[in-house]
Amino acid sequence: MADEQKTLRQVVEALGSVAKVPGPVTMGTHILHDLNLDSVAVMDLVMLLEERFDTVIPMDRLAEIETVGDLVRLLSRAGSGAAGG
Amino acid sequence: MLAKYRALREDHAAVSAAGRDPFGVAFDTVLSATEATLDGRRVLLLGTNNYLGLTFDRDCVAAAVAATEAEGTGTTGSRIANGSYGGHEALEKRLARFLRRRGAMVFSTGYQANLGTLAGLAGRGDHLLLDADSHASIYDGARLAGAQVTRFRHNDPDDLRRRLRVLSSQPGDKLVVVEGIYSMLGDTAPLREIAAVKREAGAWLLVDEAHSLGVLGAEGRGLAEAEGVEAEVDFVVGTFSKSLGAVGGFCASDLPDFDVLRIASRPYMFTASLPPSVVASVARGIDAMDARPELRARLAENGRALHAGLAAAGFALGAGPGPIVSLRMPDRETAIRFWNLLLAEGVYTNLAVGTATPGGKPLLRMSVSAALTAEQLAFAVAAIGRVGAALGARGDNDTAAAAVAAAE
Repeated sequence: MADEQKTLRQVVEALGSVAKVPGPVTMGTHILHDLNLDSVAVMDLVMLLEERFDTVIPMDRLAEIETVGDLVRLLSRAGSGAAGG
Repeated sequence: MLAKYRALREDHAAVSAAGRDPFGVAFDTVLSATEATLDGRRVLLLGTNNYLGLTFDRDCVAAAVAATEAEGTGTTGSRIANGSYGGHEALEKRLARFLRRRGAMVFSTGYQANLGTLAGLAGRGDHLLLDADSHASIYDGARLAGAQVTRFRHNDPDDLRRRLRVLSSQPGDKLVVVEGIYSMLGDTAPLREIAAVKREAGAWLLVDEAHSLGVLGAEGRGLAEAEGVEAEVDFVVGTFSKSLGAVGGFCASDLPDFDVLRIASRPYMFTASLPPSVVASVARGIDAMDARPELRARLAENGRALHAGLAAAGFALGAGPGPIVSLRMPDRETAIRFWNLLLAEGVYTNLAVGTATPGGKPLLRMSVSAALTAEQLAFAVAAIGRVGAALGARGDNDTAAAAVAAAE
């Protein structure tokens, strides 16, 4: 849980650098609907996070990511290494 | 059934509301490689990818006519059934000789060449590493392949290296996919650096030379030739629908077992083969590409002229001089108005909006042809200058520079 909170903070920080975030971001925030990100901005966000977490998120895993929480859990599981396996 | 497209339809209606539908242009007649008529008016074609201007080449047209007379209008079958003629095999040998590769396979479109090559090469358990700005056919081929797909930052060998390192513990073959020239901005891949990364990692490398075949390299084999790294490129994909002025695609390789793809690659196997006319005109097109390097020189000269003319008129341009010249537009509305006004001035260009463009930024995309005359280019530069001035959209140099920096 502590790890997830730390990851959430990093995701929120990354979000701030790719887009203007309209309000507070929680694990339940829906990335496309609530944050008003288009698909290009989402890819930018994912690339930035992959870099910061030194991991790789395969494209087919992106389809399952809807909320900030989904992204946080995927990144927490990944740690350093590939998130695909 | 089509309700899910409501947003797309509204989007398209908004794009078309400012004038003509940019994605529904149908020319009345095509007069030459550089001119057509639209609603009875002559327009200059400045967005055709007809790099060498071969669409009306007398030899190519004559070969296509003769092949139709001799072998009919179509093959009515796939390559693995009744659709392989002597011409298809001869074209593959001719292409392999031109590219200095052991073998080549011909596909019915360039799109299918990427689909068939990627799906044939990479399967479940393998890894595809795609440049983020890859063409739709590469993304679609990757989906069909079923391999694990990873995007790396556009033209960033360090990001590719990092990703290959992260993936190094995973089993499976790793295939890196890049393009010689990227179609939207006309920028080229840093192929020497990418080849070095590929070699270090023990990965494979595929280069899509769709926009660079017949365009780059002293002999026209593409970016890999120009950069001197052909030995590091395992698979060359390309198309017949740009520099060769017809339709169809190919993949060439030095791998001895390459031919197995003919019975493994579904986009090769389950579609009708190219008609005899196309096979014949493409073969003559390769002869022309080979025998007339002056076409390549003219193309390069025309690219430089358009680039220099627009730069002198104060436009901020997407990439250095080349066959593709793109103007970054400040916003979608301006891009649409620019495109319409330019067409009214008699110049047809490509409007690029949405996710096909790098960073989703709207572009006015142009491509030159060796067949364009200096007068035609001067006419185009003057028209673009007038429209740019009228719209106050000559490309804010600071904004454009920032966008380029952000993209890099």
